[in-house]
Amino acid sequence: MAKLVYDKTGRLLFTKEMKKDYTILIPMMAKIHFNIIKNVFIHYGYKAVLLETDGPEIAQVGLKYVHNDTCYPAILVIGQLIHALQSGKYDVDKTALMITQTGGGCRASNYIHLLRKALVKAGLERVPVVSLNMSGLEKNSGFKLTLPMLRRMVAGGLYGDMIMSLDNQVKPYEINKGDSAHLIEKWTDKLTDVMANGHGFTRKEIAENLNCIAEDFSKIPVKKAPKIKVGVVGEIYVKYSSLGNNNLEQFLYEQGCEINMPGILGFAMFKVDNRLEDYKLYGGSKAKYIVVGKLMNYLKELEGMLIDAQLKYGFRSITRYEHTKALVKGIVGYGSKMGEGWLLTGEMLELAESGFPNIICTQPFGCLPNHINGKGMIRQIRRVNDKANIVAIDYDPGAPRVNQENRIKLMLAVAKENLKNEINKKSDPAPSVKKVTVKAVKRGS
Amino acid sequence: MLRIGLDIGSTTVKCVVLDEDNNIIYKTYERHYSQITSKISELLKKVRKEVPNVEGALIAMSGSAGMGVANFCGIDFVQEVYATRVAAKTFIPGTDVIIELGGEDAKILFLSGGMEVRMNGSCAGGTGAFIDQMATLLNVPIEQLNALAEKHEKIYTIASRCGVFAKTDIQPLLNQGAKKTDVAASIFMAVVNQTIAGLAQGREITGNIVYLGGPLTFIPQLREYFDKALKTKGFCPDNSLYYVALGSALCAEKKIDFNDAAAKTEVYKGTGNFAFNRPLFENKAELDEFRKRHSSATVKTGDLKGFSGDVFVGIDAGSTTVKGVAAAADGTLLYSEYMSNSGNPVPIVKDFLTHIYEINPDIKIAASAVTGYGEEIIKNAFHADYGIVETIAHLTAAKKFMPDVEFIIDIGGQDIKCFKIRGGAIDNIFLNEACSSGCGSFLQTFANALGYSAEEFSKLGLLAKHPVDLGSRCTVFMNSSVKQAQKDGATIEDISSGLCLSVVKNALYKVIRVASPRELGNKIVVQGGTFLNDAVLRAFEQEMGTNVVRPQISGLMGAYGAALYACSWWDGKSKSEILNVDGLKTFKHEIRSVNCGGCSNNCRLTVNTFNDGGKFIAGNRCERPVTKKEPDESMNIYQYKLRLLREYKPIEGKRGKIGIPMGLNMFELLPFWHTFLTKLGFEVIASPFSTRKLYLHGQQTIPSDTVCFPAKLMHGHVRWLIDNGVDTIFYPCMSYNFDESLGDNHYNCPVVAYYPEVIHANVKDIDKIKFFHEFVGIHREKDFPKKICAELQKYFDGITLKDVKEASKEAYREYYSHFDKIRAYGMEIMERARKEGKRIIVIAGRPYHADPEINHGIDKLITGFDVAVISEDVISNKESKKSTDVLNQWTYHSRMYAAAEYVSRYDDMDLVQLVSFGCGVDAITTDEVRAILERNGKIYTQIKIDEITNLGAVKIRLRSLLAATEKKDR
Repeated sequence: MAKLVYDKTGRLLFTKEMKKDYTILIPMMAKIHFNIIKNVFIHYGYKAVLLETDGPEIAQVGLKYVHNDTCYPAILVIGQLIHALQSGKYDVDKTALMITQTGGGCRASNYIHLLRKALVKAGLERVPVVSLNMSGLEKNSGFKLTLPMLRRMVAGGLYGDMIMSLDNQVKPYEINKGDSAHLIEKWTDKLTDVMANGHGFTRKEIAENLNCIAEDFSKIPVKKAPKIKVGVVGEIYVKYSSLGNNNLEQFLYEQGCEINMPGILGFAMFKVDNRLEDYKLYGGSKAKYIVVGKLMNYLKELEGMLIDAQLKYGFRSITRYEHTKALVKGIVGYGSKMGEGWLLTGEMLELAESGFPNIICTQPFGCLPNHINGKGMIRQIRRVNDKANIVAIDYDPGAPRVNQENRIKLMLAVAKENLKNEINKKSDPAPSVKKVTVKAVKRGS
Repeated sequence: MLRIGLDIGSTTVKCVVLDEDNNIIYKTYERHYSQITSKISELLKKVRKEVPNVEGALIAMSGSAGMGVANFCGIDFVQEVYATRVAAKTFIPGTDVIIELGGEDAKILFLSGGMEVRMNGSCAGGTGAFIDQMATLLNVPIEQLNALAEKHEKIYTIASRCGVFAKTDIQPLLNQGAKKTDVAASIFMAVVNQTIAGLAQGREITGNIVYLGGPLTFIPQLREYFDKALKTKGFCPDNSLYYVALGSALCAEKKIDFNDAAAKTEVYKGTGNFAFNRPLFENKAELDEFRKRHSSATVKTGDLKGFSGDVFVGIDAGSTTVKGVAAAADGTLLYSEYMSNSGNPVPIVKDFLTHIYEINPDIKIAASAVTGYGEEIIKNAFHADYGIVETIAHLTAAKKFMPDVEFIIDIGGQDIKCFKIRGGAIDNIFLNEACSSGCGSFLQTFANALGYSAEEFSKLGLLAKHPVDLGSRCTVFMNSSVKQAQKDGATIEDISSGLCLSVVKNALYKVIRVASPRELGNKIVVQGGTFLNDAVLRAFEQEMGTNVVRPQISGLMGAYGAALYACSWWDGKSKSEILNVDGLKTFKHEIRSVNCGGCSNNCRLTVNTFNDGGKFIAGNRCERPVTKKEPDESMNIYQYKLRLLREYKPIEGKRGKIGIPMGLNMFELLPFWHTFLTKLGFEVIASPFSTRKLYLHGQQTIPSDTVCFPAKLMHGHVRWLIDNGVDTIFYPCMSYNFDESLGDNHYNCPVVAYYPEVIHANVKDIDKIKFFHEFVGIHREKDFPKKICAELQKYFDGITLKDVKEASKEAYREYYSHFDKIRAYGMEIMERARKEGKRIIVIAGRPYHADPEINHGIDKLITGFDVAVISEDVISNKESKKSTDVLNQWTYHSRMYAAAEYVSRYDDMDLVQLVSFGCGVDAITTDEVRAILERNGKIYTQIKIDEITNLGAVKIRLRSLLAATEKKDR
């Protein structure tokens, strides 16, 4: 065990000495993305291990050490980390944990503190916790999130978004089952190699890789058939994590749906954009505004590259952040930034508009921002787009899967009927139906 | 061709067969007692035998419990709400809205004008099952519930969020003597409110309304209440029980193969894939060893008959049971009774006393004491000498078994009470929150539902191989989890032990929040009726990894403790005041209900009169109806705050009226915005403090049924403003609050910050008025005028920056001076309290918790104990920023941490934290406030508040706190 050093508030630090021989455990969220991104840490000399564990014990461990009223993602993330420490697989005296911290106004910013409390309860307080954040919240001598590192992580996220988006589009239609899964594996391996060696993050490399990925996926033989199109949005953890959402993606796939899950890039842009909006709404430092604006432009540029590659190979492209943002105007204010904020409403509008009117809005039970931008906005979304067929699903350690699936099936039954009507309409061109448009109420009008 | 439709619901199985013209030629409706697969195969066989030409018919299956089975048997599955819709379209064309209540689900289907289907979320719990539970609680069959409700005189407010909540409301009502007729009606009203509040979500229920499902078919009164609430006349069609089955028949596309389906249902064992824990006992020998160990914790017993010494009577009138004991001065147990509380404890206690007098006509009762929920009414009815709070009663009894006990955990029918003992006094108290209560009685309810007595049922689980893992959340969740496990092939034995385990886990991880036994100490006494169950006891020992003591009179500990308590306070010579034989003979008890009218709260009072002229009033929030005196408000900061806010009256202005909804952050910011807007020339109309009525007016538009109560109230406030002709409403979004330099940041919580968006998106008619809900930043005093000026100009003509700057200056000044007033007054209260030797309690909550409808009069309840009340903001500014173990980033919460630090330094101060149910942020803050207090040797007390209006549990908490601090002082 390395020497334990604390800062003046009593926080255990991750020291340079620890960097040498400590293993850093990272909790799982989005499988494709995280498997690629973890290589950035490896490249920078950290012994990073991404936890692939699942099963009901994880929630049980979480419930034991975390306040049971805390949101489900905290219970799972902390449960997964402590479960790993208690598994005997890792030398607890040479292991550190990593967790993200957004610094926003919702509970998620407190996960790291809940984790530390849980470690104390479990008698593991000697295990250091590293905060991964962009707000400069907690500093450690042994870990620094540098700009080059951040750039590489962004690239990793971008690749993840690309692969996920293409998999979503190909998998339901592939003729040879497993083709798409095979490509995910191939590209994860390839990008692991690239990123662990510090490559794959320049504009040129990114464009090249994105194109190669799209090209590869475009070669998978598919048979197009009408399928129920389902968009999945929600609180970021339960949306992506199969542990959190009871394997929702697989369930929908088995129900014969095509899924559209908006990517992580949009969320990142949203978080960056919030700083710009804060400046506009309340005032602040102009210099910071300019710097953040540059970062925003960089992300927009990457987004464009992803879209170009998708279109080039005949795929449906992801929706531009700016477009999603424009859709929200008059419905939710841009100041609504906690959690997924207005982006959640925006993604639902965007999905409904782009042919995915059937939407599952996932959230942990009692998720505060989702009261506002998820459940709270469904009525407005339906006013704008009466085709929207939205179901909000709560996830929770006690919520039985069967209830969740039953509610989803209800949404799917309606979706199926709509799909049938649409197909019938196409084959038998009926007199055109009067289009009903309802104007959203404008602010300040 | 014929069509068969099956509906496998949570409690019943329905089957219909339709002919080519959709005529019903066969139908059946049966309970399945969770034996789902055997019931299905039985049904199919019956259909095959009884319906001619049914071979080769088309079949489909629906219903929440049918999903897995359908897949397995190769029968098509139709989602049940969808099936209902299909059936309604065919059989009752022209239907606009369907309201369907099932065993566990509530659904509303909007068919016309934009089809929408709504199902209750996982929290709202069952409705049919809920009514069942309530009938059990009232000890009447369901059919009679309807007859009772017909004769009601008044309706009590019962929380309509979920069954467990309602139960905590109803039980005390019964204990206080409320009439069953009124309670029955109130239960139906709660179901109606729950359905409307939970499912309508802003959409109006109008047009042709159809009622479907068991409860609405069998209970005409329930339909009537829906009619009343919706101001319409709904219609319950023939075959209203069969709509789901009919719908699935209509959707049937696949031919049935009877042989195949029957064969498959018979072998269906579910996935066998449920999560389970290790067995309670590996083998019989272990069980025997365990039983032997626990048989030693006994108390000396004697015979009451012919006993000539002094006798001490103790009565524990609990939530679901009444316990009575008679003991000798040395603690010898002479006589005891353990009686089920069928709604009214008075006749039960009368019987108990009668028995004592019969057994020993020459009995010398020296002293008597009562404890439990029914303490007050029993004490008044029978003139018991002492009334003591339950915690003290239990501690007294536990010490008899283990004088140096360090931790007591008591799981009763409805309460979980745990206390840590240090130096012989209660050092910390944990009580279950309204949400997780009912776990003990849940075991009983569940046993009954499966056709067992509670005793038989619990024994089943002792040697189970795979105790099901059911989670540790609320009972409603457990209910569904059990059904899921059954479907996955768990045996009754596995479920029995699983339920016992989850009772324990709930107590440990949710109520006490421990992770290991070292937090509890080594000397643990467990008690309460639920621990008589060996499986629960074993699960507890197993989970904590330590052996504990369970007194054999585990279920009687409260009553036994009361008797010991009476003995310890006895002067050694006097006789007990408790009613003697003659008194009991002439004993009469009458119940009347009236409205108090003493103040604007207008409490519904239950007046109990006894034949000796004694009177007991319940349902009051303050002492006014009892003492007939104005309550003393001079030591109550909440009342002072309300007084200050009332002074912000509308002042006519050139710009006309502008409304402010008085809830959430606007409650505290009224001085700021009132001044600001008045200066700009608006006539500021603030909505009144909340009332039940105001809440109900807005509840139809609440989109999320799990958001906190203060947020839900905002719908009522906005409604009030619109209804009162205010056509401009000012309710800005605020991510940030004032920076009071107490934390790392100064956010509002997401709900407070953005609730205006929810109002904008969901309240009807909001688009017909001007609704200012822009983002503003009052935390940047310098930037504020310019920013808000631009926003205001979007809505109003002729606003100039100069005016706004002027108004801002005034607004900030007013805000600070308002705070100064509160703080000065708070300090004055503290000074006076100290002079008079009174304790001081700090209510630490959000500023809007001062609203009487939100706190339900907790402030007055506390001052009623002769204690001074101040709020967290009075003292928070006396502290500087401290490092906390959590990210301290919300302004309101920073105040609480600071207040906890402050309180820690004074012996005569305590802190009580108010927490809104559903507040996610408070999962973090409560732990931190607790940690601060405990670090400094203070007792932490938390009160969860919601729609619930009953203060019984709150009283116990506060009395325990005061009793504990008293003991410490001594």
